[in-house]
Amino acid sequence: MSAEAAGNAGARAAGWPSRPGRIALRRAREWPVYAFLFACAIVSIFTTLGIVLVLFEETYNFFKEISIVEFLTGTEWTPLIGEKHFGVLPLLNATFLIAILAMVIALPLGLAAAIYLSEYAHPTVRRLVKPVLEILAGIPTVIYGYFALRFISPEIVRFFFGSDVSLFNALSASIAMGVMILPLVSSLSEDAMRAVPQALREGAYAVGANRFEVATRVVVPAALSGIVAASILAISRAVGETMIVTIAAGNQPNLSWNPLEGMQAMAAFIVQVSLGDTPRGTLEYSTIFAVGMMLFLSTLVMNVFAQWLLARFREEYE
Amino acid sequence: MSAASVTLRGRHVVARRLKGGVFKYVCLAATLFGIVALAVLIITVSANGIGRVSWDFLNSYPSRFADQAGIKSALLGTLWMMAFTALFAVPIGIGAAIYLEEFAPRNWLTRVIETNINNLAGVPSIIYGLLGLALFVRLMDLGRVVLAGSLTMALLVLPIVIVAAREGLRAVPPSIREAALAVGATPWQAVRFQVLVPALPTMLTGVILALSRAIGETAPLIMIGALTFVAFDPTSPRSPFTVLPIQIYNWISRPQAAFATTAAAGIIVLLVVLLTMNAIAIVLRNYFEGKRRW
Repeated sequence: MSAEAAGNAGARAAGWPSRPGRIALRRAREWPVYAFLFACAIVSIFTTLGIVLVLFEETYNFFKEISIVEFLTGTEWTPLIGEKHFGVLPLLNATFLIAILAMVIALPLGLAAAIYLSEYAHPTVRRLVKPVLEILAGIPTVIYGYFALRFISPEIVRFFFGSDVSLFNALSASIAMGVMILPLVSSLSEDAMRAVPQALREGAYAVGANRFEVATRVVVPAALSGIVAASILAISRAVGETMIVTIAAGNQPNLSWNPLEGMQAMAAFIVQVSLGDTPRGTLEYSTIFAVGMMLFLSTLVMNVFAQWLLARFREEYE
Repeated sequence: MSAASVTLRGRHVVARRLKGGVFKYVCLAATLFGIVALAVLIITVSANGIGRVSWDFLNSYPSRFADQAGIKSALLGTLWMMAFTALFAVPIGIGAAIYLEEFAPRNWLTRVIETNINNLAGVPSIIYGLLGLALFVRLMDLGRVVLAGSLTMALLVLPIVIVAAREGLRAVPPSIREAALAVGATPWQAVRFQVLVPALPTMLTGVILALSRAIGETAPLIMIGALTFVAFDPTSPRSPFTVLPIQIYNWISRPQAAFATTAAAGIIVLLVVLLTMNAIAIVLRNYFEGKRRW
């Protein structure tokens, strides 16, 4: 335990030798303050409860009308028009296809950037580069959507795959998303690498390894759990990301593995429905909550797994 | 040692060195990729939209004619929403941070709260939109107004505010608290008069960054039903409203090329607002770090 934590724990224990009367009284008069602070902290619990209850209620309404088997195994998603089908697989497939392709771009680049910043870069370079990457992470996703639709799709995707590719395609969305999650991968991986103790590096140098060998055979393996956790968090971010897929991926449900086609991700469907008016109690209204539940559970599982990984495999040195 | 084995050894060393050198530049290139992408993004947007940014653009309402469309109602909507988001998120976030950092006993409830905050930070923003739609718009029947949007946004940025505020509190050394307690202050007095003041700059920086995140959020407000065609100024928390990113999305989703230009102009305005906020946060951080007493 650090001295700091010990100090805080001390202040917290509130068991200070005191002149009982006056100080106890003063402390007792402060109870509304502590109650208020506690209430603030508990808001987050109610937020989670609210999310779970809201999603659960409408999802329950949804499954009263649609069989859960059809929802999870159906391959057609036409909930709004004509003969209605509620198979979520096209949406699920598009969501993960786009997110995984984004990772294919972001993981190697982010990892290499993290190695450079952690192992090679001069401190001044690191100080200059990191804020720029943070800007990249802070750009609103609607701007990435514009970038995907007006630059990546016409100038890059069509350049490589021919001009008959639709302007709206999954690949453009993936590339924009890859750029968006790149800073997340690189900064979390870099943190993990910098946590590897210097002594391990020096040991490797002492037996004749060069920087490349130290980076790839000592630092990356030692930081592996952190890097894997970073990747999972990045995929989870990509799965939940909404505006890029809404703008650039096309809004046609499409069960396909071809990223040059347009497709609709889960989040994009939710947006599409809520752009119109959706009175409460209609099937459309509960459909977006059922899809939202699916999205919530997917990201929750990944986030919890990443946190478990970080806690379970945290390397304790010294 | 024979001459042949020396050359072999020499080659081996050269190969290893070469590999190391190439690797370094591959990593450098990967680092630069992000910077280049940012540059290309900014250049694309500027080249498309800079000609449309003018006083008229800032001071006009949306229109179905691309060359007359302006961003006034969206800009005002963003300001209204920010003000109310801060009003809810800042006191609650800082309160929660003070509780967790200074007073929380170490028990299961505290652990649950902390784990929960970590998980909330990873919930996709559109899910907050669903919560806001069901809770604030329908259940509390606020309607599709500034207040419903701000409440939703406040819940969304709360984890960020809490984490930033805790960092600020943690940076204050325990000796400050101990000194206050030693001269008879209650724990709250110690925090209120001794800890909070030096922690404020870091907290403020975090709050600004959290708000700049909220400014760029689009999806949750689409769920709330922030209108995209608002040809009037919001005048109260109960006014219907739109915000910059939603107005931009609306322009992007129109097929005419002229609206793409208008969208780019809107993006420039949004980026300027964001960069200004980030710059203020950085200046504040540097200014107060220089003045730190320990």
